[in-house]
Amino acid sequence: MLTRRIIPCLDVRDGRVVKGVRFQGLRDAGDPAELAARYEAEGADEITLLDVSATPEGRATAAGTVAQVRRVLGIPLCVGGGVREVADASRLLDAGADKIGLNTAAVRRPELLSECAELFGSQCIVVAIDAAGVPDRLFRWEVRIRSGAESTPIDAIAWASRAEAMGAGEVLLTSWDRDGTRSGYDLELTRAVASAVRIPVIASGGAATPEHLLAAIDAGADAVLAASIFHGGEWTVAGVKQFLLKRGVEVRT
Amino acid sequence: MNALATGPEVVIVRTGSANIASVSAAMTRLGAAPRITDEPDLVRGAAIAVLPGVGSFGAAMTRLRARGLDEAVRDRVHLDRPLLAICLGMQLLCESSDESPGVDGLGIVPAHVGRFACDERVPQMGWNRIDPSDSCSLLEPGWMYFAHSFRVERVTGGWCGATTDHGGRFVSALERGTLLACQFHPELSAASGLALMRRWMARATGKAAVPC
Repeated sequence: MLTRRIIPCLDVRDGRVVKGVRFQGLRDAGDPAELAARYEAEGADEITLLDVSATPEGRATAAGTVAQVRRVLGIPLCVGGGVREVADASRLLDAGADKIGLNTAAVRRPELLSECAELFGSQCIVVAIDAAGVPDRLFRWEVRIRSGAESTPIDAIAWASRAEAMGAGEVLLTSWDRDGTRSGYDLELTRAVASAVRIPVIASGGAATPEHLLAAIDAGADAVLAASIFHGGEWTVAGVKQFLLKRGVEVRT
Repeated sequence: MNALATGPEVVIVRTGSANIASVSAAMTRLGAAPRITDEPDLVRGAAIAVLPGVGSFGAAMTRLRARGLDEAVRDRVHLDRPLLAICLGMQLLCESSDESPGVDGLGIVPAHVGRFACDERVPQMGWNRIDPSDSCSLLEPGWMYFAHSFRVERVTGGWCGATTDHGGRFVSALERGTLLACQFHPELSAASGLALMRRWMARATGKAAVPC
């Protein structure tokens, strides 16, 4: 049986892992390759590396960081952030990424998903969706782009389905309301997307405890992504997996 | 290509826009010297070769044929030269695939590749257990990383293999002599994947596997 995945996330800026509430008050959290290797040794199922560089110069260093991580990493590596066109995806794959996360560029031009899927295969293409709750619309969650800065009139659930039809092989679903709050994943959002698509769904945004991870899995997430819970040293990946295993969740040990 | 490598050269077949950096990195970790090529003669004659592959069955077969790599791979298998086929690489060894109806595969494995017909998530993305049959000597039970929408349901005659459950059993790996075909990605399967590749490489080079 396919296990549920635990995915530590590295937000990387100018070659260093940073942490902070969505790019506010960033603090250094270490070297990407060192952290990735440590998480693999602890039993991480996959690593996601998000390039949060604010400048073109920072973006240019991302491929180098990916190559450094690849050299030491023997588990899958998903890379996102700043992928605008097929050539960007190609560059990151050549550097050693196994999957590419597409966000803003795919919302603006959904054909980018099918172009990438055709070239690299669906299993390589992750649609990253930043969703925020909206009280006064016909739908419950809207898609946010440009790292959450820009609102769109797009229904996040409908976008997940459309992205699947366009060739995305996985959804990285981040709750904009919960991200950085340490109050747990948005379970209703997770449940809604997980039942709308057939491709795997990774829950993201808000995790602070193993109970949060368990709740997202119970809500239908195939994988859970978390950053601060691991970077801070509160929990190891192995510790989280033991917790889940005891509660009947199948994980790789 | 890799000044530190002391082990054998491993030729990795360039099947197109497949990301082969992970395969290359794993080979380096095993002490081998990876060499990426689309030269048919190199692929035919290399002591050790890897056939990776992502993307679609039809597109990959078209590219292999355009370069004469289909014959090169077939020749090396017929000559019992070691080959590791990974993911789409394993599917390409088969006769045909639901993914690209009407396109002939390499026809080395007498099997058809079908789409997952189940209520489970597709693509199967993540870690699943492989259960090798007793006659396998390279494959051992363990967790491996999968990322695929199509799979071989059954194989006839002369092959030992492993099966995996994803809404029903499918063939997750095959072995015969120095030919090893994996639906999963050993290069992304942490220690268990590396150990499998080490056993295969030891057999391919005729040396005993050195435990890590």
